Amino acid sequence: MTLQNRDSGDSSVPLLEVEDLQVEFHTRAGVLKAVDGVSFSVDHRETLAVLGESGSGKSVTAQTIMGILDMPPAVIAGGAVRYRGTDLLGLSPPERRAIRGQKISMIFQDALSALNPVFSVGWQIAEMFRVHRGMSRREAKKRAIELMERVHIPAAAKRVDDFPHQFSGGMRQRIMIAMAIALDPEVLIADEPTTALDVTVQAQIMELLAELQEESGMGLILITHDLGVVADIADRTAVMYAGRVMEQAGVFDAYAAPAHPYTKGLLESIPRLDQKGGDLFSIPGTPPDLLHRPSGCAFRPRCRFRTDECLTEDPPLHDIGGGRGSACHHYQEVLDDAER
Amino acid sequence: MSEQLAQVSTSTRPRGLWDDAWDELKGRPIFWISSVLILLFILMAAFPTLFTRVDPHVADLSRSMEEPSAEHWFGLDRQGRDVFARTIHGARASIIVGLAATLVTTLIGGLLGILAAYLGGWADTLISRLGEILLGLPFVLGAIIILTTFAGAQSGAGPALVITLVVGTLTLLSWPLVARIARSAAYSVKHADYVQAARALGAGPFRIMFRHLLPNVMAPVIVYGSLMVATFISAEATLSFLGVGLRPPVVSWGVAISEAGDYIRQAFFLTAFPTAFLCVTVLAFVMLGDAIRDALDPKLR
Repeated sequence: MTLQNRDSGDSSVPLLEVEDLQVEFHTRAGVLKAVDGVSFSVDHRETLAVLGESGSGKSVTAQTIMGILDMPPAVIAGGAVRYRGTDLLGLSPPERRAIRGQKISMIFQDALSALNPVFSVGWQIAEMFRVHRGMSRREAKKRAIELMERVHIPAAAKRVDDFPHQFSGGMRQRIMIAMAIALDPEVLIADEPTTALDVTVQAQIMELLAELQEESGMGLILITHDLGVVADIADRTAVMYAGRVMEQAGVFDAYAAPAHPYTKGLLESIPRLDQKGGDLFSIPGTPPDLLHRPSGCAFRPRCRFRTDECLTEDPPLHDIGGGRGSACHHYQEVLDDAER
Repeated sequence: MSEQLAQVSTSTRPRGLWDDAWDELKGRPIFWISSVLILLFILMAAFPTLFTRVDPHVADLSRSMEEPSAEHWFGLDRQGRDVFARTIHGARASIIVGLAATLVTTLIGGLLGILAAYLGGWADTLISRLGEILLGLPFVLGAIIILTTFAGAQSGAGPALVITLVVGTLTLLSWPLVARIARSAAYSVKHADYVQAARALGAGPFRIMFRHLLPNVMAPVIVYGSLMVATFISAEATLSFLGVGLRPPVVSWGVAISEAGDYIRQAFFLTAFPTAFLCVTVLAFVMLGDAIRDALDPKLR
């Protein structure tokens, strides 16, 4: 893939597209639908934030895109993951492996456990070049130091032989990012990249990701449960709940006027300074047990906009104009509520 | 700021498990004693003529079973051969069998264990069940059956072939022990985040098995392997004593003990010297194995 067709690629085909993805876990207690008809896409220079609480299916979606899901127990029951129009789910294992790391790459939540404790960080970054680019040891190490400098690790040349446990959490995540971008991937999936870090470091890592994206033009999928973290750098957001996309919208639209009661609830749950002393808002109830999904809309039991229709009719992702989608029967009501 | 960081990182050189293990070993007298003894025995096995110039095969029947003297330190055996020379030369067979069997067993067992853990499913079942069947066989009985079936048929077999057969038998009956250890060690990291991360960054099955699983398997397997040398050396002696392992004209401690066993009441020294050498060798390897285990796996202490 050269740089030329990178930006001028066929504009009708999205860089990465997930369509109606269905992932099930076959457990002894029954079939659990972890991902139930998820669709989204991401293009060059675009950042998609996939939001959702634990168990909403966002990490399973990411693992399915990467092809690192353990099967069994997971079963991909339907849908497609298309990279430049090719369905990755239909490729053979060696073909998929050629895409992993080179075209689509991923960083993980906890960089300490995502780095092998027995090898130095420089060795681990350099391995990417040795294996995929066939470089000599010396050259690979040189490139590893360059990459460590690119992700702003101080004194990279001196720290290249250090082991993961000798770095702070933020520095480790930078090393993980360096490994993930080593081969210039076109899509980078970041699965809760800042969850294990403290707030000031979170902002630095987000800045770094935005900076790297600016330089390389890669598409970025940011998986998180933290709305504050993504506000600055995401372009669009897909809000997931119980394995489904509840709302899709530009970040500013979603924040200014959510079109789904769940998004609205999440935004209202962010503590604000003017609430000081008062009770914090939370969405009542708990996420549904995916083995016993409620009839109709999965969010219904926790929703203050619910009607009888919600009990029987599972809402599809309505196109509500402006490139937005909401899986709610009463999206108009929710939108109006925000304007009040 | 970055200069400070750099200084800190140069003063604390990166240290891994092996550095720590070496530091731990260095401070233990038992490690040095056993190492010196083992080096001595290995030297004996490699260059027996450094220790004695007497040919172990030269027999003077007229001086059969002569007691130890200044000329023949350990005396002469029933056929009038120098016991000291035979004991020195006997080290080679014992050491070769012990080291070779350990090497082959750890390699095969380690590989099969990692494969079982990584592949899972039917491959895991096949390897694990096969191992259990072999472990279910009583060791000595199993070895006697195998050796009498294969080696017994060719009594004219050369020493190299017999040694190979003994090593093969010991390996066949022992690899499941190593495979079990390797499998559980590999299994415990199979689902570690860094193995997932390696997969996500495009690592293939071989890279995952040998770069990510193998390092975690090394320490427990090396610990077990270092203790296994002693077991194999005594197993070789046992089988040779029973007449199914090495046999004359191969010179080995097991063979010597076997030959001398019939005359233990008339000429005790014939049994005592090779037995003493065997015991000291086994003891040295056990001590080394213990020291290595303590250094590599502090939890076991």
